[in-house]
Amino acid sequence: MSSYIAKRLLYAVPVLFGLTIIVFLIMAMIPGDPATAILGSYATPENVERLNRQLGLDKSLAEQYWIWLGNMLQGDFGRSYSLNRPVLDEVLERFGATLILAGSALLLCSILGLLAGVYSAVRQFGWGDRLITLFVLIGISLPSFWLGLLLILLFAVEWKLLPASGMYAIYGGGDLPDLIAHLTLPAITLSVVATGVIARLTRASMLEILRQDYIRTARAKGLGERRVIARHAFKSALVSVIPVIGIQAGFVLGGAVYIETVFQWPGIGRMLVQAIATRDILLVQGGVLIVAASYVLFNLLADVLQHKLDPRLKT
Amino acid sequence: MSGKQKNSGRPTAWRLFVNNRLALSGLVILSVIILLALLAPILPLASPDETAPAQRLIRPLGDGYLLGSDHLGRDLLSRLLWGTQVSIAVGLSATIVAAFFGSLIGLVAGYAGGKVDNSLMRGIDMVMAFPYILLALAIVAALGPGLMNALYAIAVVNIPFFARNIRGVTLGLARREFVDAARLSGKGHIRILLTEILPNVLPTIVITMSTTVGWMILETAGLSFLGLGAQPPQADLGSMLGEGRKLLFTAPHVSIIPGLMIFLLVMSINLMGDGIRDVLDPRLKSGALSRPMAKTEDARNITPGNRDQKTGTAMEVMNLRTEFQVGQEIYKAVGGVSFDLRPGECLGLVGESGSGKSVTAMSLLGLVPTPPGRIAGGEVRYEGEDLLGASLSRLQSLRGGKIAYVFQDPLSTLHPLFTVGDQICEAIRAHQPLGRAEAWKRAVELLNKVRIPNAERRAHDYPHQMSGGMRQRVGIAMALANDAEILVADEPTTALDVTVQAQVLKLLKELQRESDAALLFITHDFGVVSEICDRVAVMYAGRIVEVGSTDQILTRPAHPYTRKLIDCVPVMGRREKRLEAIAGLPPVVNRLPAGCAFADRCEAADDDCRKGELLLEEMSDRHAVRCRKAKEAA
Repeated sequence: MSSYIAKRLLYAVPVLFGLTIIVFLIMAMIPGDPATAILGSYATPENVERLNRQLGLDKSLAEQYWIWLGNMLQGDFGRSYSLNRPVLDEVLERFGATLILAGSALLLCSILGLLAGVYSAVRQFGWGDRLITLFVLIGISLPSFWLGLLLILLFAVEWKLLPASGMYAIYGGGDLPDLIAHLTLPAITLSVVATGVIARLTRASMLEILRQDYIRTARAKGLGERRVIARHAFKSALVSVIPVIGIQAGFVLGGAVYIETVFQWPGIGRMLVQAIATRDILLVQGGVLIVAASYVLFNLLADVLQHKLDPRLKT
Repeated sequence: MSGKQKNSGRPTAWRLFVNNRLALSGLVILSVIILLALLAPILPLASPDETAPAQRLIRPLGDGYLLGSDHLGRDLLSRLLWGTQVSIAVGLSATIVAAFFGSLIGLVAGYAGGKVDNSLMRGIDMVMAFPYILLALAIVAALGPGLMNALYAIAVVNIPFFARNIRGVTLGLARREFVDAARLSGKGHIRILLTEILPNVLPTIVITMSTTVGWMILETAGLSFLGLGAQPPQADLGSMLGEGRKLLFTAPHVSIIPGLMIFLLVMSINLMGDGIRDVLDPRLKSGALSRPMAKTEDARNITPGNRDQKTGTAMEVMNLRTEFQVGQEIYKAVGGVSFDLRPGECLGLVGESGSGKSVTAMSLLGLVPTPPGRIAGGEVRYEGEDLLGASLSRLQSLRGGKIAYVFQDPLSTLHPLFTVGDQICEAIRAHQPLGRAEAWKRAVELLNKVRIPNAERRAHDYPHQMSGGMRQRVGIAMALANDAEILVADEPTTALDVTVQAQVLKLLKELQRESDAALLFITHDFGVVSEICDRVAVMYAGRIVEVGSTDQILTRPAHPYTRKLIDCVPVMGRREKRLEAIAGLPPVVNRLPAGCAFADRCEAADDDCRKGELLLEEMSDRHAVRCRKAKEAA
């Protein structure tokens, strides 16, 4: 098992390299000449050239990439000009908040999606199944940023049950119950689409598995129906749903951009939107890279988990 | 989507689509939205940009504003329709751009194969390693906010979906004969791609488009919501929502209404997309399969009470009828089967595939999947009790306990994710109050009993780590776990090699003798019958056509079908005896002919054979046959 994890980690390295190349290329797409942009259009050609040299922009793209990558590997992600602090510090600080939000949303959608999917399959064509199918249909079509606004209107404005924004109360608070209260609405909002996707897939996969010969064997052994479903069918379903949960991690991490904006959650997503608005490119770079890297790790986790559950993959 | 009605025989794609109620309602909603958006210029609406400071933030249905007004006093209905137009146009354009480039990459990669494919797909994998929306954000960050840039960004992040799907299909097509033929006829690569491959790939492109366009509308709206897409005064649904958000507490309708429109738009498109996918690629239709219940439905008209079972029998089956309903058709898989099973004997149930022998076996303990199966009539007596009407919990206490099954293909019948030891343990503990450790010890004993070498170690193996013969031994061990009185073996050796077959058969016979259990042995192979069975019942088209002792059947087969089945068995050393397949096919069991079901394949059949109802009549001592000619000859 540990050798598999090591191998899988090794595979992640080229993917991470690929991510840096893509981010670098996208940033190289920025139209216009940065030196001219900084110095203004009245700058002399000599000044522009000198600044270009200083910024390393006279070198080839490949050379620029190596220098950039080298700096990052040493922890130097550059300095955010809008916040006037090192990008890495800001990004790491924000990332914690995003991880709390995305992590709880992922946990929520996995649990709810799996439960709903299994229930739906077991009660196929029953009322519960129809209701869940309807919810799934609505869930996967909902604009999450709109749903967030609706929930704020209902739970924060109308019923005054939960706070509408932020991560902690400004006065007092700062403890776990306070965090949970602030987390509830954004986490639910963020998990809705993924819950729908996971529920739909779990249902389809359970229905297929319940037709397998080994389920008939389990029944022929005299096992109770609860055990047949909860143990025999569910484990197989889990094996096929886990990679999908891994992919959903990407949608949840990305969707956090909207949700953090709606709920003013102090995470990476909201930072990115502000950074784009102020054209703070280095901050965008750092933020995108760290979220993308964490997505790679989430997928790795899903892979390892699947490997643990399915002995056929160990050969 | 073409609404052409071609031939009336097979339902056209359009008909199939319309029959899907959800897809149709999606189409209707979408049509209404598109129509309204298109008609926005000619509807009697205020200009979307006309401000009226005095009429700010009017609620819906107030003062001549159907949907109210925003913070500048602009008419929300007008803005909504114009914004919808923009959102649809942008989403659709993004889809077309993504479909074009993605399909191009997919076609080239799939057609060229090798290195080109490898490097292209690596690149695609890299892009997919990004969280979807984040990549779009990075692109917008580089290009700068704006509706067109948002469009490009969303298109780019969707290219991988197209590239992957199209490549998969192209890869399969590129190695097909018609492509080779085109290549040999001197067509260039580009022409082959365009004239031979593209038409076949088109459905996949359409499916991918229909399933992604909703997303793309949603995501471009999202970027606009964040202020990175449409910039004022231009407005799409997303930017309307984003602007309205600032007024959420004072005038919620300004943000709620555009959001509702995005939702309706995306949902109607998703509904349609599902419908299109189901029509063009029915294999992908999810959840269409129905799940089998824990017990076969008992649809008998009369439920027989408890009565005495024929003495000296372990089980008595009387006039068992099992049907499958598929659509309007009813398949009578088992059409009135009766037999006795005596303690310690081995009864063979023999017939071609589709003769109803397995369904008969599964019916005994309600293991026929419902839907589509159901018990239509008859009785199965065990200890005087009617098993067909027994409760699920009663059946569960018998299943694997007093009555145990051995199935055909042990690779598919053992659970792939549990060790064999675990699976045997489970069988034991379902019927005996044993702890885990004790049950495991017993499981290892059972594995020893079925002669699995190194049983202690192999109990920790998963099914895929064993050979076919070993797996079937595990299946047998599982059936023996609770000292069954009746063993039902459904073609237990069919999936095995001939040499292994003989070993497993010998083992089964020995173990049955040892435990004195009755064995119902289902097979299509008379060679196997002669090895193991004491008595034989031959089934054809859901009924028993001949029953007798193995000796009687093998030496004096009375039914022409039995004779042909016996002739199918190759005999060692007798060259002239050729493997003879039986000419013709068994009748379809939803339209059984009158009279003898075998008449059409029988050389001796005459017109009288195709009339009335034939009975299973006794010829000599306990040897009965369902054949007019045989009866006359006797």
